[in-house]
Amino acid sequence: MTKVETTKQTYSRRETLRLMAAGGLAGLVAPNLLGSPAFGQTAPAKPTGRVVVGLSQEPTVFNPLMAHTEVDDAVHFSVFDALFRMDPQGVLQPNLAAEVPSQKNGGISQDGLLWHIRLRDDVRWHDGAPFTAEDVKFTLELITNPKFRAWRTSGHSLVRDIKVISPTEITWRMESVFAPYLSFLAETFMVPKHLLEKEADPNAAGFNQAPIGTGAFKWAQRIAGDHIELVANAEYFGEGPYLERLVFKYIPDMTVLYTQFKSGDIDLVDQAYITADHYAEASKLSDRVVTLEPGASVESIYLNLEKPQFKDPAVRQALYAAMDRKAIIDAIYYGVGNLTETFMPQQSYYYNPNLPAQEYNLDRARQILDEAGWVPGSDGVRAKDGVRLSFSNATTAGNNLREQVQQFLQQTFAEIGVEMTISNLPGAVMWGDFWLKSQFDSAISGVTYVIAADPDVTNRLHTRAIVAKGGKGSNTGQYSNPEVDALLEKGARTFDPEERRAIYFRVQEIVRQDLPFLPLFAYTNVFGRKEGLEGFKANANTRVASWHAAGWHWKS
Amino acid sequence: MSGFLLNRLYQSLILLVIVSIIGFTILNLIPGGPLAQYGLDPGMTQEDLDRLKEQLGLNRPLWMQYLDWAWRLLQGDWGHSFRDGATVLSVIGRHLSATLLLMGSSTVIAIAIGTWIGIRGATHRYSAFDYLATVGAMVALSIPTFWFGLVGIYVFSLQLGWLPAGNMYTVGDGSLLNYLHHLILPSVVLALVHVAIWSRYMRTATLDVISQEFVKTARAKGLSERRILMKHVVGNALLPMITLAGMQLPSILTGALVTETVFTWPGMGRLFLDSLGYSDYPVVMGLLMFSAILVILGNLIADIAVAIVDPRIRMS
Repeated sequence: MTKVETTKQTYSRRETLRLMAAGGLAGLVAPNLLGSPAFGQTAPAKPTGRVVVGLSQEPTVFNPLMAHTEVDDAVHFSVFDALFRMDPQGVLQPNLAAEVPSQKNGGISQDGLLWHIRLRDDVRWHDGAPFTAEDVKFTLELITNPKFRAWRTSGHSLVRDIKVISPTEITWRMESVFAPYLSFLAETFMVPKHLLEKEADPNAAGFNQAPIGTGAFKWAQRIAGDHIELVANAEYFGEGPYLERLVFKYIPDMTVLYTQFKSGDIDLVDQAYITADHYAEASKLSDRVVTLEPGASVESIYLNLEKPQFKDPAVRQALYAAMDRKAIIDAIYYGVGNLTETFMPQQSYYYNPNLPAQEYNLDRARQILDEAGWVPGSDGVRAKDGVRLSFSNATTAGNNLREQVQQFLQQTFAEIGVEMTISNLPGAVMWGDFWLKSQFDSAISGVTYVIAADPDVTNRLHTRAIVAKGGKGSNTGQYSNPEVDALLEKGARTFDPEERRAIYFRVQEIVRQDLPFLPLFAYTNVFGRKEGLEGFKANANTRVASWHAAGWHWKS
Repeated sequence: MSGFLLNRLYQSLILLVIVSIIGFTILNLIPGGPLAQYGLDPGMTQEDLDRLKEQLGLNRPLWMQYLDWAWRLLQGDWGHSFRDGATVLSVIGRHLSATLLLMGSSTVIAIAIGTWIGIRGATHRYSAFDYLATVGAMVALSIPTFWFGLVGIYVFSLQLGWLPAGNMYTVGDGSLLNYLHHLILPSVVLALVHVAIWSRYMRTATLDVISQEFVKTARAKGLSERRILMKHVVGNALLPMITLAGMQLPSILTGALVTETVFTWPGMGRLFLDSLGYSDYPVVMGLLMFSAILVILGNLIADIAVAIVDPRIRMS
C-alpha cells in the first residue's frame, strides 16, 4: 500500500484492523508503538543535546485550543498531550487517556452516545500540579465557550453533560452519534484548568505566551521572529525526552531554509519540508538523510460545479482525460508525487486502490466532448447551448511550480477546444472568500480531506457543507450527490472500521465517477534531517514532522 | 518661533490622520483578510470562521472599526496582534532592536567607507581609482541586494565556511563575539548600496567645496594639500551629508526587508512582510503609523533645524 506500511512494523495490516476495532486494546497490547523500542536501546539515559528544527512559517499561537495553523502544531505536539494520539499507521494510541474508548471495551455505549474516558494517574503539568479529569472537562468546555477564540468546534459542539466521576474518570453524552470525534480528540490538546480558570479573558491570558502543558518538553523562551526554545521535561510520563533542548527556528524563505539545512544550521526541516526542485541535490548531500514520505493532501484542479461549463459530467471527464499527469509530476515536480484517483491519502486504511486509472488521451477527450454536443466555434473554442467551454484557473501567485502546471494544462486543454485563462492571486486573498465562498471558476490547490486518520469527509463533500448555499463546511467546489450525502452520514454514525471501510470505498467510487475535482497527484514530502538524529518517524496522520520529538536523540 | 512650531505640529497631526485613514481603508479593502490562513484547514467550517470574525470585531462596518482603533490609539492602546495576541507595541519593540543593530552597523560601514571613497574620488578626479569607484557604485546600485546576499552566503558560508549563513546568533550562544560574527555578512551586504550612494554624494560635495574661493585662498597661502583637505574641505563637504543621514533615519528604523529575509534577521522589515501576509491588521497599522511618525518627525526636526540656522525660513 504505502511506504509507511513497508517500513519496520511490528504488526500486520490485519492486526492493525483488529487493533483499531478493539480501540483501547491497542494501548494495552502495544504500549510502545508510539516510540519505537529499537531506538530506546541507544537513547541516552539523561536528556542530552539539542535539535534545531527549521520552519518556513513562524509559530505564534501557543494555546493549542485557539485558532491556529499547522505550523503551531509543531510546538503543541511537544508541549502538550491529547487524550489520544494517531500513530504513523493511523491507529489511535492512548496518550493522557489510559485506553482508547470503543464500543467493545465499553468506553463508548452501543448507541454511540455515551462516552467514558479513563485517564492516566501519573501525569503532572509542567508546574507540578496533577493532571485530572477536571482539566479535561475544562478543556472541552473552553472550546465551546462563545467568548473564546477557539479553533474548529466540529464534534466538540455535540458534547453534553460532562461529568467528572473521579480524578481519572470522565463521562459525557453526545448530542448525536459522531464516530470521527475520536480523531478530533487526537488533535485536541489538554490545557490546565488551575491556570486558565482564573483568567477573566482566556484570549488574553499570559499562558498563551508561555504555555504550560504535560508534554515531553517545557516552554523555555521565544525570540519573536526568530525562534522558540523548549527544554526537556524530565518528569514526562511517556517515552523520552532524550534531547535536552528542542529549538524551532523560523526561516521564511524556502531557498534560505534549504541553504541553512545544507550549511548545517538546521538539523531537521519540518512543515513545508524541502521543495521538490531541491530534492535531487539534497539527496546527494553528505551527512544528511533525505527521504520521500507520503503526505495527506492531494493536489487537484478544483472545479466550481455551479458554473455552467462544469455542470456537464462529459466536460469533467474530457478535461481529466486531457491531463498528462505523469508528465506534470516528472517534468515539473521533479518526479516527487504519486498518481492518485481519490482524495483519500494512499497510506490510509480507507484508501480505495481499486478505482479506474485515468488515461491521458487527447483523442478520447475530444470524442467525449463531440458526443456530448460541445461543438468548436469559429475561434476553436467549443460551445454548447450558448455556453463557451472557457474558464479561468486560479492559484497562489508566486508558486512557480503550480504556475508551470497551469501553463502546461492551458496548452493541452486548447488542443481539445477548451480555453483556460490564468488568473492568480496572493495566498492571503486566494484562501479567503474567493475560495471559501466558491467565487472561482477553477483552482489548483493541495487539499487535505481527512482529520488525523479518520476517513470522514463530510466537511468537504457533503451538500450541507456548501457555504455558497448557506451550508456549514468547506465544500467549495459545490459538489452535491444524494448518495454520497447518505453514505457520509452513515459513515459518521459507524464505529466499526470494517463497516466504515466499505462505506468510504463506495464514496470514493462515486466521487471518482463524478469527478467534482480532477486529482493531479498525492503529495509526497521531502523530509531532511542530519545524519545521526535517530528516533525520527514520519507520520502522515499529523500535520507536522516533529509530532514525536520526544523520541528523538543523537546517535551516541 | 513657537507659532511656526505649532503650525508645523498641527500640519503633522492632520497628515497622520490622513495616513491612518488611507492605510486602514486600503488594508481592509484587500480581499481575504486575517482568517484566510484557515481556508484550507481540514475541519474548519464557515461557522467557525464567522465566529472568529465576530470575536475579532471584523464583522462591524469599516468606519466603526476605524473609529474604535483610532480612539484606542489616542489612549495609547495600539491594539493586539491577531497572530499571537501580544500588544502591537511589544511586537514592534521585539523587532526594533534587531533592525537597529543591523541598520546601525551597516550605516557606520557605509558612512566610513563611502565618505573615504567619495573624498578620494574627488581629490583624484579622473584617476583609475575614481573610475573604479564610479563603476563600482553603478554596479552596487544596479544589482539587487538579495543577489549580493545569496552570493555572499554561497562564497563565505557554504564554500569557505568563514561566516554563518544567516540568523542573528547561534541559539544557545549569546556572546558578543557570536553576534558580531553573524552581523558581518548582512551588514556588509546591506552597506554596499549605501556605500555607493554615500560615495557619490560625498564626491559631488567635495568637488563643490574644492572649487570654492576659500580653498583657492588656502592653497595660495601655501598650505599643504593634505592640510587643506582636512581643515577646509572635509568638514564643509560633510555638512550636506548630515541632512542625508537625517533623511535616512526612517529607513534605518523600518528595516531592510530583503536583507532581513535572506539572512533570517528578525527585524522590522520581515515583521512588516509577515504581518501583511497574514493580514494582521493591528500590527500592519502599527508599523504604518510608526513609520509615518518617524518620517514626519524627521522632517519636522529638519525644518526646525533649518529654521534655527536660517531665520528667513521662519519669516516665510
